[in-house]
Amino acid sequence: MSESHLSVPDTLGDFTIREQPSLWRRLSILPRQQPIGTFGAVIILIVILVALFAPVIAPYEPTSQASKRLLDPSAIHLIGTDELGRDVFSRIIYGSRISLYVGLIAVSLALLLGVTTGVLAGYIGGSFDNIVMRAVDIMFAFPGLVLAIVIAGMLGPSITNAMIAIGIIYAPTFARVSRGSVLAVMGEPYIEAARLIGGRDMHIIFRHVFPNVLAPLIVLTSLNMSTAILTEAALSFLGLGTQPPDPSWGTMLSSGRKFMEIAPWMAIFPGLAIVIAVLGFNFLGDGLRDVLDPRLKE
Amino acid sequence: MTKYILRRIFLLIPTLIGMSLLIFMMVRLLPGDIVDALVGLDPTITPQAKAELRHSFGLDDPIPVQYVRWVVEIFQGNLGQSFRTRQAITSTLVQALPITLELAFLAMIFSVIVAIPLGVLSALRRNSQIDFWARVSGMLGLAFPNFWLATMFLLITSLVFHWVPPVIWISPRVDLFGNLQQMFLPALALSVQLMAVEMRMTRASVLEILRQDYIRTARAKGLQEMDVLFRHALKNAFIPVITVIGIQLGGLMGGSVIIEQIFGLPGVGWFLLQGIYNRDYPVVQVTALFLATVFILMNLIVDLTYAYLDPRIHYA
Repeated sequence: MSESHLSVPDTLGDFTIREQPSLWRRLSILPRQQPIGTFGAVIILIVILVALFAPVIAPYEPTSQASKRLLDPSAIHLIGTDELGRDVFSRIIYGSRISLYVGLIAVSLALLLGVTTGVLAGYIGGSFDNIVMRAVDIMFAFPGLVLAIVIAGMLGPSITNAMIAIGIIYAPTFARVSRGSVLAVMGEPYIEAARLIGGRDMHIIFRHVFPNVLAPLIVLTSLNMSTAILTEAALSFLGLGTQPPDPSWGTMLSSGRKFMEIAPWMAIFPGLAIVIAVLGFNFLGDGLRDVLDPRLKE
Repeated sequence: MTKYILRRIFLLIPTLIGMSLLIFMMVRLLPGDIVDALVGLDPTITPQAKAELRHSFGLDDPIPVQYVRWVVEIFQGNLGQSFRTRQAITSTLVQALPITLELAFLAMIFSVIVAIPLGVLSALRRNSQIDFWARVSGMLGLAFPNFWLATMFLLITSLVFHWVPPVIWISPRVDLFGNLQQMFLPALALSVQLMAVEMRMTRASVLEILRQDYIRTARAKGLQEMDVLFRHALKNAFIPVITVIGIQLGGLMGGSVIIEQIFGLPGVGWFLLQGIYNRDYPVVQVTALFLATVFILMNLIVDLTYAYLDPRIHYA
């Protein structure tokens, strides 16, 4: 992140200014330093590929009746069929699309809401900062899932409302982290320098402040993807998220519960799919945290 | 200390006001008319009857008036009545609260019993087999959805032991053993995530403490390893663990909603879901506020314990 406006000499007295390695450089050393993080990235890549090529991989349509109801797992139906005779394996494959989609949209919404308020609060400061951060504190005082259940339940059960609910409950975390990072760089001489040469607020925010907020945000995004997928599954499990016949892992688990004793595979495998996706994002997030932002390390 | 406690309690007031406003507005601003939802598409209901119904619920007053009335009534101990059943919410909540608290308490106990020894052991035998498996299970524990675990527990007990927990709730005052038998699986399912977080935190914290100079001093003056551990290391290592437990309590409140639903336990979370399924707004707003209040009170207790344990924190 070199400053293009001022030509800074390489040495100032005794201090040597060393450029930090770039984001990409730091990412490229990931596999050697962070086998677990890389393993997470590989899992996620596989889940993404499964979602993209679902029609190729899945032997049947996810919502159409393929065979008799509640068939045992066999060569024809790898994980058997459900109470409506749909192929469970195909539904799990297609379910990856819903999990990733909901996770992605919900976390993007949280990013948009959270980072905007957090960066502005940190940059503007004063009473604006005070009011915004008190509101954030109040959101934090809520148990997240309870808030999500109330929002999704009151808006009406649907996949869109589940995404809105998840986006709202994760926004405060992003707001807090980005505000903290903004405050940390606001006192730096290069911000002052950018002001002195007449940089506009928007320019300073995007060009000088925002790049510094990026590292913790990338880590947080990865970790929140995993909790967003879990929350979507939980909401759908309660009937407040994805609606039938769409194949959400949470909905499948919830209907599988009713046929648990005669067809346990209906409940076992959607849960395993959730675990795999969540583990992938957790591993990746942990690895990224160690590389990008050692300060966040617990 | 007293001053610190009083100040913390005083600070709860703005948070509670903010929370009640947030919940109240959320429930009001949502689409659809409560009365329409309540009477459904019954054509025999005249607009006049609807207006009367709306008036009887106090829904024709301006929203600020409704809010103030709601808050005043809560302070009078009247939490309102359900739109559906017309029952007083206060009495239902009084019955539901002990169930949720027992569930949360048992889950907490289970998690501490397993996680803390495992975390300490894992840190002491760093990079050993035990450490490896403890860390793997810590990672897995974070990824397993509690509702899936609950389902698996039920599956295992019914297939292997041919036993399912009773469907009707047993009060501990009537039959303590029966109650504990019934609460065991739900509490266990709820505790797994907490276990994973506590284990990871304990491990990290013990490793950190063992690197400190005063531990080296304690060893250098010839103390037995057990004494070093129990008299010097663990006391300090547990402080961050307690903080993490406090943060996780929110997850416990949310998790109990699902677990109560799966096991049919009529706790606060179960009641909240009934309210949501029935679009029973008074029930939803009161139970949500209630769960949030329980959460911040538990957090307050954790913070005070923390201040008590850590002499570096000044109470001023």
